[in-house]
Amino acid sequence: MEIFVQQLINGLTLGSIYGLIAIGYTMVFGIIGMVNFAHGDVFMLSAFIALIFFLILTTWLGISSVVLALFIVLIIAMVLTSLWGWAIERVAYRPLRGSFRLAPLISAIGVSIFLSNFVQVAQGARNKPTPPMVRDVIVLFQGESGYNVAISYKQIIIMVMTAVLLSIFWYIVQKTSLGRAQRACEQDRKMAALLGVNVDRTISLTFVIGASLAAVAGTMYLLYYGVVSFADGFVPGVKAFTAAVLGGIGSLPGAVLGGLIIGLIETFWSAYFSIEYKDVAAFSILAIVLIFMPSGILGRPEVEKV
Amino acid sequence: MNAPSITASAQAAAVTRTFDLKAALKDAFRSALITFGLSIPILSFKTEQSGADLYLSSRWGLALIVTAIVFGLRILVHAFTASRAYRKATPSPKQATELVHAQPSAFQHVSKFAIPFFLGVAVAFPVLIYLIQGGLNESRYWIDLGILILTYVMLGWGLNIVVGLAGLLDLGYVAFYAVGAYSYALLSTTFGLSFWICLPLAGILAAFWGIILGFPVLRLRGDYLAIVTLAFGEIIRLVLINWVDVTNGAAGISSIPRATFFGIPFTAGEGGFAETFGLEFSGMHRIIFFYYLILALALLTNFVTMRLRKLPVGRAWEALREDEIACRSLGINTTNTKLTAFAIGAMFGGFAGSFFAVRQGFVSPESFNFLESAIILAIVVMGGMGSQIGVAIAAIVLVGGPEVLRNLTFLKAVFGEGFDPNEYRLLLFGLGMVAMMVWRPRGLISEREPSVILKERKAISGSLVKEGHG
Repeated sequence: MEIFVQQLINGLTLGSIYGLIAIGYTMVFGIIGMVNFAHGDVFMLSAFIALIFFLILTTWLGISSVVLALFIVLIIAMVLTSLWGWAIERVAYRPLRGSFRLAPLISAIGVSIFLSNFVQVAQGARNKPTPPMVRDVIVLFQGESGYNVAISYKQIIIMVMTAVLLSIFWYIVQKTSLGRAQRACEQDRKMAALLGVNVDRTISLTFVIGASLAAVAGTMYLLYYGVVSFADGFVPGVKAFTAAVLGGIGSLPGAVLGGLIIGLIETFWSAYFSIEYKDVAAFSILAIVLIFMPSGILGRPEVEKV
Repeated sequence: MNAPSITASAQAAAVTRTFDLKAALKDAFRSALITFGLSIPILSFKTEQSGADLYLSSRWGLALIVTAIVFGLRILVHAFTASRAYRKATPSPKQATELVHAQPSAFQHVSKFAIPFFLGVAVAFPVLIYLIQGGLNESRYWIDLGILILTYVMLGWGLNIVVGLAGLLDLGYVAFYAVGAYSYALLSTTFGLSFWICLPLAGILAAFWGIILGFPVLRLRGDYLAIVTLAFGEIIRLVLINWVDVTNGAAGISSIPRATFFGIPFTAGEGGFAETFGLEFSGMHRIIFFYYLILALALLTNFVTMRLRKLPVGRAWEALREDEIACRSLGINTTNTKLTAFAIGAMFGGFAGSFFAVRQGFVSPESFNFLESAIILAIVVMGGMGSQIGVAIAAIVLVGGPEVLRNLTFLKAVFGEGFDPNEYRLLLFGLGMVAMMVWRPRGLISEREPSVILKERKAISGSLVKEGHG
């Protein structure tokens, strides 16, 4: 029982991170119908940005308050990663709009390879550990066998942060004119353009939002694991994509739900079955969901137009 | 895309527009600013590790150099587009109709002469290298490179059946390569079977896996298909890593038996290859034998593909690529068509894998990661999806190119002694993939070669086909 509760907490934390990344996939897929393969690497890049600025703030500028440093790092990482997201869309995807269907996907694979190797060349291939930023834990209750069920402050930070940001972005998509434009482009890009929606700008902003949420995920990832390497983008990226598909691609709450489910499955699988095959489990879920339930849990079934 | 849609007024506007230096500078400045913004954390600071601690060092110089390069490139791009717009806007009378036609490719006429030329060079390659380098052992590096390129040519041709002909985007092709390699490694080390028995077995097993993996994904299309095949590729790799009892895990399988020359081993002693043919023993005999083996395998792949294209199943593949719904309406069994494409593509992957295992004498799961799949896919896409000669050219460029980069010693003089161009191989590779898609999304050779002709053979421009817009 204690193990179950503990894994539940861990799984929800991991799931929040996946959910944040999954939103980037789901929004981009919803609006231009492409799998932004490079999104996982944008996430990895943002973790590096966060790492570097955390070091600048703590060692060079001597900010001792971890919460303040974390807050500043988060803002900077979001801004700079958004710039990356914008630039990637502008350089690698926008010229391909209207080209044949596989072109953007292949271009995205190119961007993904470029980003991970760019970071490798610029920062070295070794794992980058950070000193633990937040250490404290709250012991929730003590099990009979002396097994403590604990929730750490960083887990609380991650979950709260995810919830807050999701509400903000949910508000943006549902209530603001940007969100309206986004949903219009999602339904029919040509019609939206005819009605005066600036489609290019809307798509760019979608990438910016996706990238900034990936930056939050990257910062949280760094906070949670305390280590990042250039190759860390691929597997979380695929898992987050699985989450987006599982929740129903194109659906924002679906992405978060999918992220939480994938996070829970992964932690429970590791705890009760085998840790070696946890990635196999995630990849198998992806295949099974796509084959048997391609519209996901909350997605709309796709209608094939002839 | 934009060329045919230029209207008269736009043309008139383009005539008057010469190179606008001010606008170009402004735009270049903006791009440079963005590049500088992008380079702030990753380029201008380097994290270095001493013991358990990370510390930072700054290197603004590098960031500034990159920014300057982008600035310069941007101005060049402006100058280039301005001159091209000028040329387009003032056509000579001869090319007056050019805009109406689909643009003919510069490579259109290449293939007629290129095929015999490439074939000749490929067959004579070891001899040429032997003559140039003046000795068997000196030519080892080049022949190894030739083997590497031909392996990728073969993999490219194999994947071309799935991606280029049938239009099914497969991001997990390396799984079949792995199945082939492990089939040979396991069959030969456990049962002592020889290479010549294992080669067809590896092909059959890979084809079998092709059907197993192909069956569930029949309903999927486009991006979804790509992601599921990627997942399958990763699952196979993870199983190879974790199923230690059979595959020996991440350590891989070593001491795989060497191939023989149809039963005659390449050994120095009695009954060896050198003695049988009255030659002086040299380790290079085996390497050259490998070269011709992979050349034969690659040509077999090409031959089979070319013949299959003319059979009903090949035509069904191409029909499927162009329009699946029309295909189904005309009574083509899409299930069987897709499965044969997967199976035959996988079979050649299996052959190549088994060759890989016998050449290396060692296999480990790390040789079969996603990047490998991406490289093979890049070869097919850059070659022009469906064009056999294009795939060969792309394989030479993508696999041979980095080797050329490695040998450019003057780069060391420019960037300093510690400069290792090989580090930048994948970086350039990723950039190249993006640039290729932006510049020429249908690959180097984008023409469709019709499989049925009436009187005259005409190439069909790739931009005229419907593929992928559905």
